[in-house]
Amino acid sequence: MSSANIDIEITSEVIASHGITPDEYQRIVEILGRAPNYTELGIFSVMWSEHCSYKSSRVHLRNFPTSGPRVVQGPGENAGVIDIGDGYVAAFKMESHNHPSFIEPYQGAATGVGGILRDIFTMGARPIACLDSLRFGELDAPRMKYLVDGVVRGIGGYGNCIGIPTVGGETSFHASYNGNILVNAFALGVTKREKIFKGTASGVGNPVIYVGSKTGRDGIHGATMASAEFDEASEEKRPTVQVGDPFTEKLLLEACLEIMDSDADTDSPVEGIQDMGAAGLTSSSFEMAGRAGTGVRLQLDRVPVRESGMTPYEIMLSESQERMLIVAKRGREDEVVRTFEKWDLNASVIGEVTDDGFVRLFWHGEEVAAIPVDPISTEAPVYDRPMSKPVVGAAALSGTATAEGSGRHKEDVDHSDTLLRLLATPNLSSKHWIFEQYDTTVRTNTIAGPEKRDAAIIRIKETGRALAITSDVNPIYCSLDPYEGGKQAVAEAARNVAVSGARPVAITDCLNFGSPERPEIMWQFAECIRGISDACRALETPVVSGNVSFYNETEGRAIPPTPTVGMVGWMESERDGCGLAFTDADLDVILLGDSRDELGGSEWQQLFAPDAIARPPRVDLGLERSLIELLLSLHASKLLRSAHDVSNGGVAVALAEMSTNGIGCHVDLLGHADALDATALLFGESQARAIVACAASDRDRVLDAANQHGIAALRIGHTAFGTFLIERNGAPLVRTTAQELTRVWRTAFALLLGGDTIDDVLRGVGEEAPEVMAH
Amino acid sequence: MKFGVVLLPGSNCDHDALHVAKDVLGADAEPLWHKDTDLKGADCVIVPGGFAYGDYLRAGALAKFAPIMEPIRRHADAGGLVLGICNGFQVLTEVGLLPGALMRNQHLRFLGRDVHIRVEETDTPFTSLYERGQVFRVPIAHGEGNYYADDETLDALERNRQVIFSYSDEEGRLTSDANPNGSARNIAGICNRARNVVGLMPHPERCSESLLGGASGLLMFKSIAASLARV
Repeated sequence: MSSANIDIEITSEVIASHGITPDEYQRIVEILGRAPNYTELGIFSVMWSEHCSYKSSRVHLRNFPTSGPRVVQGPGENAGVIDIGDGYVAAFKMESHNHPSFIEPYQGAATGVGGILRDIFTMGARPIACLDSLRFGELDAPRMKYLVDGVVRGIGGYGNCIGIPTVGGETSFHASYNGNILVNAFALGVTKREKIFKGTASGVGNPVIYVGSKTGRDGIHGATMASAEFDEASEEKRPTVQVGDPFTEKLLLEACLEIMDSDADTDSPVEGIQDMGAAGLTSSSFEMAGRAGTGVRLQLDRVPVRESGMTPYEIMLSESQERMLIVAKRGREDEVVRTFEKWDLNASVIGEVTDDGFVRLFWHGEEVAAIPVDPISTEAPVYDRPMSKPVVGAAALSGTATAEGSGRHKEDVDHSDTLLRLLATPNLSSKHWIFEQYDTTVRTNTIAGPEKRDAAIIRIKETGRALAITSDVNPIYCSLDPYEGGKQAVAEAARNVAVSGARPVAITDCLNFGSPERPEIMWQFAECIRGISDACRALETPVVSGNVSFYNETEGRAIPPTPTVGMVGWMESERDGCGLAFTDADLDVILLGDSRDELGGSEWQQLFAPDAIARPPRVDLGLERSLIELLLSLHASKLLRSAHDVSNGGVAVALAEMSTNGIGCHVDLLGHADALDATALLFGESQARAIVACAASDRDRVLDAANQHGIAALRIGHTAFGTFLIERNGAPLVRTTAQELTRVWRTAFALLLGGDTIDDVLRGVGEEAPEVMAH
Repeated sequence: MKFGVVLLPGSNCDHDALHVAKDVLGADAEPLWHKDTDLKGADCVIVPGGFAYGDYLRAGALAKFAPIMEPIRRHADAGGLVLGICNGFQVLTEVGLLPGALMRNQHLRFLGRDVHIRVEETDTPFTSLYERGQVFRVPIAHGEGNYYADDETLDALERNRQVIFSYSDEEGRLTSDANPNGSARNIAGICNRARNVVGLMPHPERCSESLLGGASGLLMFKSIAASLARV
C-alpha cells in the first residue's frame, strides 16, 4: 500500500508475534475485506489486546451495577463522575501499572501515576488527590526490596513533582506476589458539573490537534506486554516501559485545564479530548471516533516526533507519555495552539473529523492505513472463557479445614508476644517509611492523610464539604473464597469511609488476576465480580469506572485474585467525622458488632499457621449496611471522639492502632463472644465490626443508637495514658504499654526493609535503617 | 497591600499561597507569570513551592533565568518584601538574594512530614507577630532541603541574626534528631542582611487553617500584612 509499510511482510510468524490468533486474523481480513498491512496489523493487535479490548472480561463486567442518583458518568469514559453537590462533580478512576512496574519499578510506577492523572484532567477535572494500592512479595524474595524502593520513589517522583498529594492507599506483602507485584494508582479530580469533557470526535470538519510531548519509540507494544504473562525473557521487555516526565505533565495539566476553561464560564474551543495512554494515538483516535460515530483522517507526518526515521507503525503504537488528542471547534484551533504554546508545549493540527466511519492514516500525502472504526470495537473478539472451581478454593469452601496453628490457645493465656509480632509484620506495621516519601499535604486540602483515619479526607474548598477516599481488598480472602472476598473488599471500603465520617457513594475497581486462559482464574474472576456486584447493590455504591489487568503470572504461578476497590464517600461538612487514634484518657471504649471463630485467611493465620486453608470471614451485607448507618448517625450527632474499623489483625490490632498516639486503653472483653477462645477473640477477622471512643456521659446514647440499628454494642473499657491492657473476666490476654507497641509498630517496617527480623524488631536491638534515620 | 505569587513552570504551591493570602487572610493577591516583567504592584512577592523547570539540573538553577526574576531583584534591592517557600527558597539562593544553597536531604530521600520549628528572630516583617523562641508544628515536603553554607557564612548569619527559623524538638531544643534533612546548624529559614527577603523550607501556607491541623503559619502572613499596613 505504501513505501512506509513495504519492509515487513505479513507472515504467520509476524501475526503470532503480535499476539493475534489465527481466528482473530481471519476476522481482521473480513473486516477490511483484504489482508492488513503491517501498520494495520499493529493497530489491530493493540486494539484487540486484552488490556484495551477487555475481550475476556467484558461478559462478566456487565453484571456490575453502574447507575445511581449521584452517578453523572458511569463506565466507558476516561473516568467515572459523581455529583458532590453545589454544582460540583468528582471524577475518579483506578488503573493498574503492574507489568511495567515489575520490569522497571521507578518508571513503571511513575507513569502509572501520570496515566491515571491524565484520565482525570482529560475530563476537565483538576486532580486533587491520589491513592496507591501496592502488592509486593516477601521482603526477602529476589529483587523485592529494590522493587519496593523503586515503586515508592517512582510514585513520589511523579506525584510530588506534579503537585497532587498522595493521601493514602494500602501496601501488603505475600509470597504469591514474588513474581508479579501490583501497582494500582487511583486519582480523583473536581470540576463544575457543566464543565465535564468527554473523549468524543464529533463535528465533521473539526480539527484534530496533537498536544504535549513529542512522540518517541518508547512503550511500543506496552499494552500487548501487559496482556501476556512473564517468563524468563521478560527482562528483555524493559524497552516497552515508558519514561515519565512529570514536569511536562504539570504543564500539560495546566494548559488543558486552561483551554477547557475549568475556572471560567466562557465557551471552550475544545469539542472533545482524550489522553494517549495505553496504545497511544491508536486507541485515542479510534475511541474518540467510535464514541461520536464519526471517522478521522490523520496526517501522521505532522505528529511531532523525538527522532527521525519513525514509521507510521511506530507513531501509532508509541506509548510516549504526556500527550493528548484534542478535537477543537472548527475555526478555533488557533486558540488551542496559542494556549499550549504559552505553556511551552507542542500543539499540532494533525487531521480532521470525517463522516465516513474510517480512521484513515496518511504519510506524506499517501494513505497508509484505512480501518473502519465501528467494527474494530463491535466485531472485536469477546470470549466467554471456560471456568472451573480450583482445588484450593473448594477445600476452603467445604468448611472442613480450620485455622489451627502453633500459636492458637484455647485458654485465656497471655497473647502479648503474639500481638507485638503481628504489629511487626510488613502488613500491619506503620507504612510511614513509604508515605513520608510522598507529598501528602500540597494543595492544602488534606484534612486526614495516611494512617489518620480509615479513609483519607480531602476538603472541597469551593463548597465547604469533603470527600473520603480509600482503597481496599484482601487478596487472601479472595483466594480462599473469591465471592466472599469480592463482597468483603466493597464492605471494608464502605466501612472505612463511614467510620471516618462520610457516606459511601460509588466505587472504581482495578481487577488484577492471572491468565484468563486458565479456567480456574476465570472462575475466580467471575466469582469476585459477583461478590463485588452484590455488595455494591446492597450498599448502594455503583461502579463508575475501572480497569482489568490479566496475565499477572510468572511461569504458570498466578497472583491471588486481587480486585482492588477504590471508594469515594461524601461528607456534608468538612468538619465531620473523627480520627482513629485515642485523643484523651478516660473516654469510654465501645466495641460494635459480633465476633465469630473466623481466623481463616487472617493476618494471625498467615503468620502462625501459613499452611492452613480455612474459610475466610463471612460478609453479611445487611449487617454491614446497618453498621454504616449507625456510624453515620453517631458522627452526625457528634458523639464520637475516635473511630476505627476492625479488620486485619482483629480486635487486638485495632485497639493497638488506636493506641499509637500516647494514649492506650484498659478493656475487658467479658460479655462479648464469650464462647470464643482467646486467639479467635483477639485476632479473628469477623466483619461488620468497629471500635469507637466517646465521652462517658455519651455512652448511653451510643449504646441506644446501636440497639436501634440492630448492631451489638458493648462498653469494653476506657482509654488511659500509656496503658495497654486487654483482659477477659480479669485475666490478662495482652499486657504491654502504648509506648512499647507504638515503638514496634512504627519502627518495624524500615528495620525489616534493612534486613532485620521480627525478633530483632521486638528486641529493639536493631538500629533503624540508616537511610531513613534523621541526622 | 498586595501579594504577588510567582508562577514558574512547575510551581505547584502557587494556588496554596494565593488561597491563604486571599481567602484566609483576606488580602489582595495575584499570580505573576514567569515570562512577565511586571510585579503588578505587589508589595510582597512570594516565590512558592514546587518543582520549577522540573528541578532539572538542580532545584532552582533554571528559574533564575526567568524574565520575572529581574523585577524581583529590583524590588528586593529597593527594600520590597520577598518570601521564598520550599522551592522558592531554593530559587532565591540560586538567584543570589539569599546566601547558601539547598543540597539533597542527607538521607537522600524526599521527606514529607510535620516537623517543629523555633522562631529565632521576630524583628523581620515576616515574623513580627511571633514570640521569640516560639515553637510550632509545620509540614515539610522536599527532597533538597539540606541547607549548606561555609562556616564563615554560617557564622555571619548567626552574628547578623539572619537565622529566622531552626528545626527543633517540641520543647524548642535544637537536637540532631529534630533536624529532618541534615541542614547546617538546624537552619530551616533565613533572611538577607536587610531583613526584607526570607526563605524557608517548611510550608507555613499549609498550616494556616485549624481544619488542616494547625494555624501557626498564618502568623507569617499576618506579620507581613501588619508590616505593610505600617508603611
